[in-house]
Amino acid sequence: MTDLSSSDIGQIIETAKVMKAISERDVKKTPTLRGRTVINFFTEPSTRTRTSFEIAGKRLSADVINISAAGSSLSKGESLKDMVYNLDAMKPDMLVVRSGFAGVPSMMTEWIECPVVNAGDGRHEHPSQCLLDLMTIQEKKERLEGLKVSIIGDILNSRVAKSNMIAMRKVGMSVTACGPATLLPVNIEKIADKVTSSLDEAVDGADVIMALRVQTERLERIGFPNVREYSKLFGLGLERMKKAKKEALVLHPGPINQGVEISPEVAEGPWSVILDQVTNGVAVRMAILYLLLGGGLQIND
Amino acid sequence: MTDLLIKNGRVIDPANGVDGQFDLLIEKGKISAVKKKISDGSRKIIDAKGKWVAPGLIDIHTHFREPGYEYKETIETGARSAAVGGFTSVACMANTNPVNDCGSVTEFILDKAKSALVNVHPIGAVTRGLKGEALADIGEMAQLGVAALSDDGKCIMNGSVLRAAMQYASMFGLTIMEHADDSAISQNGSLNEGEVSSDLGLTGAPAIAEDVITARDISIAEYCKAPIHLCHVSTAGCVQLIRHAKDRGVKVTAEAAPHHFSITEDACRGYNTNAKMAPPLRTDSDVTAIIEGLSDGAIDCIASDHAPHSLFEKEVEFDNAAFGIVGLETSLGLSMALVHGGHMTPAKLIEAMSYKPAGIIGIDRGTLKPGAVADVTIIDPGLEWTVDPSKFKSKGRNTPFAGRELKGKAVYTIVKGKVVSKC
Repeated sequence: MTDLSSSDIGQIIETAKVMKAISERDVKKTPTLRGRTVINFFTEPSTRTRTSFEIAGKRLSADVINISAAGSSLSKGESLKDMVYNLDAMKPDMLVVRSGFAGVPSMMTEWIECPVVNAGDGRHEHPSQCLLDLMTIQEKKERLEGLKVSIIGDILNSRVAKSNMIAMRKVGMSVTACGPATLLPVNIEKIADKVTSSLDEAVDGADVIMALRVQTERLERIGFPNVREYSKLFGLGLERMKKAKKEALVLHPGPINQGVEISPEVAEGPWSVILDQVTNGVAVRMAILYLLLGGGLQIND
Repeated sequence: MTDLLIKNGRVIDPANGVDGQFDLLIEKGKISAVKKKISDGSRKIIDAKGKWVAPGLIDIHTHFREPGYEYKETIETGARSAAVGGFTSVACMANTNPVNDCGSVTEFILDKAKSALVNVHPIGAVTRGLKGEALADIGEMAQLGVAALSDDGKCIMNGSVLRAAMQYASMFGLTIMEHADDSAISQNGSLNEGEVSSDLGLTGAPAIAEDVITARDISIAEYCKAPIHLCHVSTAGCVQLIRHAKDRGVKVTAEAAPHHFSITEDACRGYNTNAKMAPPLRTDSDVTAIIEGLSDGAIDCIASDHAPHSLFEKEVEFDNAAFGIVGLETSLGLSMALVHGGHMTPAKLIEAMSYKPAGIIGIDRGTLKPGAVADVTIIDPGLEWTVDPSKFKSKGRNTPFAGRELKGKAVYTIVKGKVVSKC
């Protein structure tokens, strides 16, 4: 999100709103990207994002091919660069890339001409997730500027948090970062407007509350002592939500650890827009494909 | 062997307090005279007007990759790269395959070194297989002539092993060169922990990982009354620790690599794997502290940490890219910026690149005293040139300095009275 301006973000969201209408029709398909080939190159497990990009491509009539790490030649010892050159040689119109390693999509743009969309790279960024978050907030609140958002949890390891902090401040939102001190990046004071380790403080007065997934298997013992203590200090439960504004929104990028970073009552409660996020994910990804592949104006047919 | 007369140059020989215009005569591979005016006779003559005539430069920290990784570099290509860079003696680290932790590997390297363009001194491992556990065959390697001991590439994490190694090595007059990095803290971080690592979403190695080991090593050396040499110092904290230790008489020496005083962590932006090295590029304030350390002597010498890698080891994800950059051919040019910038006098720079490093590894070089072996480097301090990796004599092309304009270059490299490189 570092490279997108506030008006770029606005344009993508506006386009996504048009795209969303397509998904609400009986026949959820337009011929806009007919004859275009999109390769989803995923070298890290993903269900939601990959499916979302696949559906987005198909609703626009692009030919979508999925490649995942296990079935690719990366597991046979082929280097990433060779693999990328080979994919490019098949003349796709776009590569959608997910990698466990930060920087892979940006390195690929230096190797090949084909447009590359970052579908999440290591702990770096997850732009399409960020855009669907912004779209969801915009839809519900009818504005972005001036809203107060609190992002809660493992901010250090979250590419979702990173992209959101960059973009939200660009569009005029104010960001509070809240999490265990062990899970905040060293420069957190520079990238967030406010930093706190008190969940009550973070929830109080927030228009938007975003809980992050906690990788318990990796973080227990060193990030925090145990899951019980984590959920006690940073879990978004009903009691906490009493301190929040009535009209506050609760977001979560998924997949959810039920009862760890968020309780089922909150995830399914009146504040929750978690499923709207998923729906908007398809729309935002359609907008990204459409804008990058320059599909023309027949979109409203 | 033809005699060689180097005329009209500015002879800079810090070991003997010489800095002025002199002629320098080389006979039978040795320096035979340094005088105001030496008659031409029938000798081969180099006119060094406007140039510096210095003791052959010495780099005590290089990786020549042989045996085991000849595709990255060999002793032959590494030595040629050294010659072009103005170096007449180099020491090469033990992290080859097999590791130089026993006499037979040392012998192999010494044998290859015989036909190399410059003097190549193997450094022996401190511990067997660089594992940080059992001591390597230190005595055997010492008798064959290793210049120093180091597990470089890895830190000796067990303080009791380091203590034993220091005590044992002292019997042979060998110094241990430490790669200071608390791996439990740095967690294999691929760049400095800070704003850039956070922006790029990469695991960073904080400066404290280097600082705590430096503090530990100084304490152990002080207690054992043994020498310790700290490799590639990259943090302001380490410079401080070393300066204080020297003040109270601890036998500590230190080197700095040109990249650590020329560029910062910002060079990693854009996931530039040619800016990935260990220790990592740090911040502006660290760069300033290292330059101060070099100018006040807290840091004794400059060493390149020449670490050639093949292209395929760098054209990968930043996390998976090999650590290190080539340095022999850019070391002098980058270091000359310290002179041009007024941070070091020419004599001080030459001292940090010849006499001082010679002392650390205990070789009788770094001097232009009559009778000494004629290792001489002639430097054109004003020669402007652009770094072009495709022209490197090293097999490695991995440098963050491609396209950088430098001022100052070795124009003649003379080993034992013989010109091994000129430009």
